[in-house]
Amino acid sequence: MAELRKDEKIIQLVNVTKAFDETVAVENVSFYVRKGEFITFLGPSGCGKTTTLRMIAGFDIPTSGKILLNGQDITNLPPNKRPVNTVFQRYALFPHLNIYDNIAFGLKLKKVPVTYMNDKGEKYVKMQKLTRREIDEKVKNALAVVDLEGFEKRAVSTLSGGQQQRVAIARAIVNEPEILLLDEPLGALDLKMRKEMQIELKEMHRKLGITFIYVTHDQEEALTMSDTIVVMKDGCIQQIGTPTAIYNEPANAFVADFIGDSNIFNGTIVGKLTVRFCNRNFKCVDDFEKNEKVDVVVRPEDIKMTDEDSGMLVGRVTSVVFKGVHYEITAMVGRSEVVIQSTQSRNVGDVIGLVIEPDDIHIMKKELTVNKYDGYITKKNTVVFGDGEFECDVTKLYPGSHLDEEGYLVTADGEKLDLTDMDVSVEVGLQDIELSDNADEGGARGHIVQLIYKGDHYQYIVRTEENEEDYVLDSPDLWNENDYVSVKIRPENIRLALKQEKQNG
Amino acid sequence: MVKFHFSRKQLCIPYALFLILFVIIPMLLILFYAFTETVDGMIRFSFANFVNFFTSTAKLSTLLMSFTVAIISTAICLLIAYPLAYILARSKFKRKNVLLMLFILPMWINFVLRITALRELLDLIGLLGTQNYLNTIIGMVYDFLPFMILPLYTTLEKLDNSYLEAAADLGGNKFTVFTKVTFPLSMPGVISGITMVFMPSMTNYVVSDTLSNFNITILGKLIDQYFTTYDNWHMGSMISIILLVIIFITMLVTGGFKDGKQEARGANLW
Repeated sequence: MAELRKDEKIIQLVNVTKAFDETVAVENVSFYVRKGEFITFLGPSGCGKTTTLRMIAGFDIPTSGKILLNGQDITNLPPNKRPVNTVFQRYALFPHLNIYDNIAFGLKLKKVPVTYMNDKGEKYVKMQKLTRREIDEKVKNALAVVDLEGFEKRAVSTLSGGQQQRVAIARAIVNEPEILLLDEPLGALDLKMRKEMQIELKEMHRKLGITFIYVTHDQEEALTMSDTIVVMKDGCIQQIGTPTAIYNEPANAFVADFIGDSNIFNGTIVGKLTVRFCNRNFKCVDDFEKNEKVDVVVRPEDIKMTDEDSGMLVGRVTSVVFKGVHYEITAMVGRSEVVIQSTQSRNVGDVIGLVIEPDDIHIMKKELTVNKYDGYITKKNTVVFGDGEFECDVTKLYPGSHLDEEGYLVTADGEKLDLTDMDVSVEVGLQDIELSDNADEGGARGHIVQLIYKGDHYQYIVRTEENEEDYVLDSPDLWNENDYVSVKIRPENIRLALKQEKQNG
Repeated sequence: MVKFHFSRKQLCIPYALFLILFVIIPMLLILFYAFTETVDGMIRFSFANFVNFFTSTAKLSTLLMSFTVAIISTAICLLIAYPLAYILARSKFKRKNVLLMLFILPMWINFVLRITALRELLDLIGLLGTQNYLNTIIGMVYDFLPFMILPLYTTLEKLDNSYLEAAADLGGNKFTVFTKVTFPLSMPGVISGITMVFMPSMTNYVVSDTLSNFNITILGKLIDQYFTTYDNWHMGSMISIILLVIIFITMLVTGGFKDGKQEARGANLW
């Protein structure tokens, strides 16, 4: 057999798309798997990870694109013709066969070339089935690998979930596939069992040396076991990388949020290696274009607590939860919530300083589709955000509610609420902001700091003076940089959502 | 005031009464009649009926006739129903219940009416009076086909697709997936279908009488004749008992009696 090269691509997906009727499950996915690698597809349910696996197994045929195995096109090959075996999510052990026959199922169907000598001394090759002895031997070895010696005659239904799992693995590996596909194989096991199996699977991967493609929605499982992780969302690949790279350098806010706990802030690049979030400028290590809108990700364990005076940010502790190894402390910094993990505890109500090192600030480019702000409702039922005050429709916060003549909100159930000072998150679309040169006309005022021509319209960024809040807007009208303008938003275009319910009888 | 306490057990009383009156007592009566004979107005214990049955060529040939009719009808039903149930159950067609309904619909029409209509149809194409045996089989198949389709459809419909995928994954082509997984796993449906068709086809003499112009005699007919025409309850009861034993044996053979799990049943024939 030829020497295996570690960097050999065993399987490659090229622009693969899979659509079921109207819904697209996997969209234009391309990646490759190296020989001998343990690769994990990670993502929330419905992200297309299982469909991708099923296309590699041959259960689903891609709508478009190609799948190459060792460089050969196998896109339309049926599952029985692929040197690939699957461990199913619910095991799919044949209930009418005992353990031996389940594991021997593939072996009994298999034909191998055997070389014979004919009378004239010429060699010829015949495809022939494995002998009973060979099958016995292989089944025995497979059972030994999964630690189930002596289980041959048992019925499937007499086995526990964990044992059935092992049989399913034995049934797959006994065929010596080039690739082993595992579709959330540990999903049905309890936590302790799952941890044990994770280690065993990893060990098996090391011993067998075959390629493992693993599907899970459990980020911890993915981080523990994989050589490479493919993070998926809505049928698209978000990031491919080693567990360390994915954890430390998430490609976007989704990956950051999905892998581990994260604080995600809306930020703006305000200068060379400087990012602004939580009303403060921070030094950072990622180089981005000035004025770019970014997601800033900070891991809870990377935020250090100090006293009020020496912190870069100051916050008030709102909750402290003991998590075993560490405390999870939540603090309000201005109107943003920050989660901190620390071995030290604090008391609720403490005012603390927070320090974030430049290395721990992960910045990701954001596809800006909407302006997001943290705001609050005033006594006059207007909303304050982004250094401005705007008319809005507060009744949208509670479906079916209305305002009474004193300005209290009456909910659909007849409950009377005082919305004053209630925290809300505010979203305003890029098309929903208008500019005016009359400073009193709009809710907020600022200078145009940037304009970009986008083909049929301009995109402007208006920055306020006080807290340097930005308004990003699309407009067909032409303004000049540094124009002092006011920002107008129609009440119906201000989308409000409650941050937390505040009861005020 | 007297309070009535109904325990759950007491709810069984109506059924128990029914069971005793209409099942146990009649069974005992049949047993009694089967192993007795009336001589000069006196009833006495006897094996005469038993011996008589197995020495009479006429009766044995009736038994054989019933057997062949039932076996052939059941086999044809299975051959027609299995592919149909398979296609219906495995298809992605959204309204397959409607299709299934079309096949079940004949059951809603009165049985005698259906057989009479079939008789007219057979008459029209010239089979009536010439092909008595064939007509009887056609009648049985026509009548009992839905009883074969339903259990097959139910089992195949519930069959988890991942078993079939696993079989294909392990190297099975379409044919081996079917013979090694689909069919064995549908055995519970096959068995209940066979039971539902085989037993009535041995006894339903309305079909054979109507479609063969009384030329084909099956066991059910024989029992009827002994009770009504010959007024010989002893022989009639004996034939009933023999029929009962035959059915019991059939069920044992097909494994329908085993109350093990589905998978065990499926494995029995393989």
